[in-house]
Amino acid sequence: MIEVKGLTVRFAGVTPIDDVSVVFPGGTCGLIGPNGAGKTTFFNVLSGFVKPASGSISAFGDDLLKMVDYRRARWGLRRTFQTEMAIEQLSVFDNIAMIHEHSGAGRATRRADVLSAIDYVGLDVAPTAKVGVLGARDRRLVEIARAVVGSPKVVLLDEPAAGLPDEETEHMSGVIQRIPEQFGALVILVDHDMSLVQACCATTAVLDFGRLIATGPTADVLRDENVMRAYLGTENVEAPEDATVEAAGSEA
Amino acid sequence: MARGFIGRSAIIVAFLAITLFVFPAALGGDWIKTLTSVAIYAVVAAGLVTLYGRVGMISLGQIALLAIGTWTATRLSYATSLPFPILLLVTGAITCVVGVLIGLPALRLSGLYLALITLMAAGAVNVVLTTINFPNGGKGFVGHTATPSLEGLKPVSRPGMAVGDTAYYRYTVVVCALLFLLIAVHFATKPGRAWASIRESEPAALAAGVNIVRYKLWAFALASFTTGVAGALFAAQLGQPTAFGFPTQDSLTLLAAALIGGIYSLWGAVIAGAFSQLAPFIFQAEWGVDPNFLLIIFGVGLLQVLLTAPRGIVVQMPQDIMNLGRLGLRLYRMVTGPRGST
Repeated sequence: MIEVKGLTVRFAGVTPIDDVSVVFPGGTCGLIGPNGAGKTTFFNVLSGFVKPASGSISAFGDDLLKMVDYRRARWGLRRTFQTEMAIEQLSVFDNIAMIHEHSGAGRATRRADVLSAIDYVGLDVAPTAKVGVLGARDRRLVEIARAVVGSPKVVLLDEPAAGLPDEETEHMSGVIQRIPEQFGALVILVDHDMSLVQACCATTAVLDFGRLIATGPTADVLRDENVMRAYLGTENVEAPEDATVEAAGSEA
Repeated sequence: MARGFIGRSAIIVAFLAITLFVFPAALGGDWIKTLTSVAIYAVVAAGLVTLYGRVGMISLGQIALLAIGTWTATRLSYATSLPFPILLLVTGAITCVVGVLIGLPALRLSGLYLALITLMAAGAVNVVLTTINFPNGGKGFVGHTATPSLEGLKPVSRPGMAVGDTAYYRYTVVVCALLFLLIAVHFATKPGRAWASIRESEPAALAAGVNIVRYKLWAFALASFTTGVAGALFAAQLGQPTAFGFPTQDSLTLLAAALIGGIYSLWGAVIAGAFSQLAPFIFQAEWGVDPNFLLIIFGVGLLQVLLTAPRGIVVQMPQDIMNLGRLGLRLYRMVTGPRGST
């Protein structure tokens, strides 16, 4: 469980996260909102890239904000990035092994853990293949494998299916859904693809202009009036049953 | 994976066998001296491969580090009577400390700013060495004297087992091969993977648990240590090094040579060493051409690399040869094909 209390982030002149208090109970939790809502900034606070002006984050009883940034991976915090960042120079195996060796997990199980992570995400390329030669889908899967190898406690996925065609998104959806039971980790999924969020997440929180506007069971949240207004403007629109709300462009 | 490893090892063994046995048997004294320099500069270029090719930090001060290594070894050799291998290690350690100090700004700077800082540091080192005017005949570690005289200054002593030029060439090649091995082992293990992740993206490396400060300094330490050892080898090769042998712009030409050779591969460093040392020798001594023409070739080569082969000769050449072979085969078939079918 992750408990966020009164979190505020200020950059010069803007407040990308404004007094947000929210609980991510476990399993796979969605975090949605229009572009610029503060989703990626929230991830960056969890990762330690951004220091909040105030607030606290307690993850499984540990004070996350007290941890040095690079130590958080060892604690069990993993993440992927909006623009995929698997290491082109290294092989698939080394890409995943490098996280394993910085996560404090034992050397003895490294090979087996890495191979089982490759297997888990359903990558059918040679582990020795350089990531630089892989296609978009495989690179995304390498990133997910990097996020789950070893013993992750919290996995942050920032638009893991961005740019993937539908059938590959479906595979990705299956991979994401099984992370909690397979690895015992809490997953927070940021995505603009509402069908993906609906399929994966039991609960969802919605940010808009840095404020929490709704949280709770995903189905209820997506029908929430405030949420629809945030996404679709103030006009009265039919409830988007299973609709894909694609926001144009990518979030800054 | 195992087959690739065996293949690579075979290439390395063959390469070492040729450099250790074929070259000394086939080539004259001047060639051997030049090839000694090639080995030494290849190690310096390997430092660039480590810093830029692997970690993504541009350093334009590598020749200054070589100068520091050479100066330190020269001074240690005058002031002490350390056995040569110990001299190499101590020089490496001292250069390592200096290199890490120069690398400290790298923790805050990157790209152009880091390049400028290291270039200025290189210039500063050059100014200091020229001012001290080493070796001007003084005694002790600093070796400065108000009445400079090179008379009676004994050259930096080579190891007892490798006094002659050819023996010293072999000694140098073996030490340089060990330094390359040290770097290669780093690349293949935890630090190498951490460096590659820093090069890809610092935030991603941080999120993967990499202590960026530590690994960047580690890269500087490794590159400085190997360059320092190379400097000690250089000191004993020259016997009496001069402060003028390490112009600051050499760092730039070496980077250009490393980019042409292939900055992402240690083989590229070998090519860079050959480019920067062997090519001027061939131009001047063998062909009688002004070696300044080389700068033009370097310029054109660099442009060519940046435009068409960003991974350098070491990757491009085998592909080109393969394409050429295919082309030759097709031409051959075109010529013989009709005849074969009739």
